[in-house]
Amino acid sequence: MAIEIQHLNVYIKENQILKDICLTLPEKQITCIIGPSGCGKSTLLRTINRLIDSTEHVRLEGKVLVDGKDIIGSGHEITELRRKIGLVSQRPCPLPMSIFDNVAYGCRINRMYKKHRQLIYNVQKQLQAVGLWDEVRGRVRTSATRLSIGQQQRLCLARSLAVEPEYILADEATSALDPISSKTIEDLFVSLKSQYSIIMVTHTLHQALRIADNVVFMYLGEVVESGPARQIFEQPQQELTRKYLSGIFS
Amino acid sequence: MDIKRKKQVSEWAVKTVMWISMSIVFLLVFSVIWTIFSKGCKAMSWSMLTKLPTAGTYLGGEGGFPNAIVGSLYIVGASTVLGLLVSIPVVFYLNVYLKTSSKLAYWLRLACDVLFGVPSIVYGAFGFTIMIFFGLRTSLLGGIIVITMLIIPIFIRTMDEATRNFPREILDASYALGATRWETLKVVVRQIAPGIATATLLSIGRAIGDAASVMFTAGYTDSIPTSLSQPAATLPLAVFFQLTSPIPEVVDRAYAAALVLTIIVLILSISGRFITNRFSKNKL
Repeated sequence: MAIEIQHLNVYIKENQILKDICLTLPEKQITCIIGPSGCGKSTLLRTINRLIDSTEHVRLEGKVLVDGKDIIGSGHEITELRRKIGLVSQRPCPLPMSIFDNVAYGCRINRMYKKHRQLIYNVQKQLQAVGLWDEVRGRVRTSATRLSIGQQQRLCLARSLAVEPEYILADEATSALDPISSKTIEDLFVSLKSQYSIIMVTHTLHQALRIADNVVFMYLGEVVESGPARQIFEQPQQELTRKYLSGIFS
Repeated sequence: MDIKRKKQVSEWAVKTVMWISMSIVFLLVFSVIWTIFSKGCKAMSWSMLTKLPTAGTYLGGEGGFPNAIVGSLYIVGASTVLGLLVSIPVVFYLNVYLKTSSKLAYWLRLACDVLFGVPSIVYGAFGFTIMIFFGLRTSLLGGIIVITMLIIPIFIRTMDEATRNFPREILDASYALGATRWETLKVVVRQIAPGIATATLLSIGRAIGDAASVMFTAGYTDSIPTSLSQPAATLPLAVFFQLTSPIPEVVDRAYAAALVLTIIVLILSISGRFITNRFSKNKL
């Protein structure tokens, strides 16, 4: 089921960060959120999995429907919501433990497997899914911090996939990576979109052009335009979108 | 003098001051260790560590100070465990549960800073007052409680400093997988383990060397305590009481006790560094 956002407003203290956001993020597709720095892309992403809650003085209004249930408000089971919505952040952030334990961590806290053998199988499966298994085989018990930045980011993706999410949020997931690692992650997202709904914040228009099925353009906390990627890139309806895409501002 | 020459001279002058300061520190460490070892080794023997003192010991007779060694280890061991049990939840609450701008966090940190600065003799006097109120005598338990009070602020402030620099992204990474804050603490512990080790070392160093707070609370005895209600001897008091003696043999024995105290602290420092390095293996 898709994620539907209805009249979402986010305030931090008196500042309104997101203004009346209305969006539908379709399932099993890649939706890229583009826009200049400070336009609220990351805030929108952090609202969808309620990580925004750890920000001080934050106030949310409106509705965010995930699988038809509104996740704004206190009644929702946030830990289950977060398990369902994986996150790959801008900077790879391995947990201070071994490669194996990084991937197994989410499975353990969500008590997904009764038998250790099942856990080992899942860890291996996820490391294979992100193309890391052949590189780390034989040293999965060593510290994850010894991996290269690109490998760490793939590990973080494997960690997110291990808890069997339905959605993946990627917050500029390739911006800290070298071009080759960046391409690997991009390819992974494309290969994963048949199984997961991917919502990706990106600063790179070319990246959005390459992989996005849908594009959301945001500016100063508002959604200026959204729709199928081809339509947004080839025939933007709004003047602001056209200017942004042509590089008049960034 | 041209500018180039001026720059060279000022650079040389600053470097010289730094070298002198560093030399003072090294000289200090070396001279303390040298004094303790040279004087302490003279009187040190196996019986010093194993033979309990008798009435004649303080007149230069046979006997050592195993009572003080065991008493110190009892007090330090128990108060370290108690201190950690109280401090770790406080540190986690401050850094994981409370928001950065929380007033409670501000007041809690201020309270710890105040307690940190309270002289140990005041803790001793406070413990003594409490013991009189409850009709208790000097005892191992009294010493443990007062030393625990003494080291709690050290534990909290040292661990708090280590935890405040904790990368928020790690917390987010854990929460994003569906972890609760309680489950996330496991990750926090791994990351701040070196901080916990440092805090423990500092606290033990302070606890084992403090004479003023245990003087009124743990008291002093020539025997090894077999229960919490019995008084307990400690190494700093063994040094203090024997160093003031007019008999040279007894004074030498004070240095032997100081030597044991120094060796314990050195072992703890070195092993603490080793443990810290092992824990840091996975640290970001």
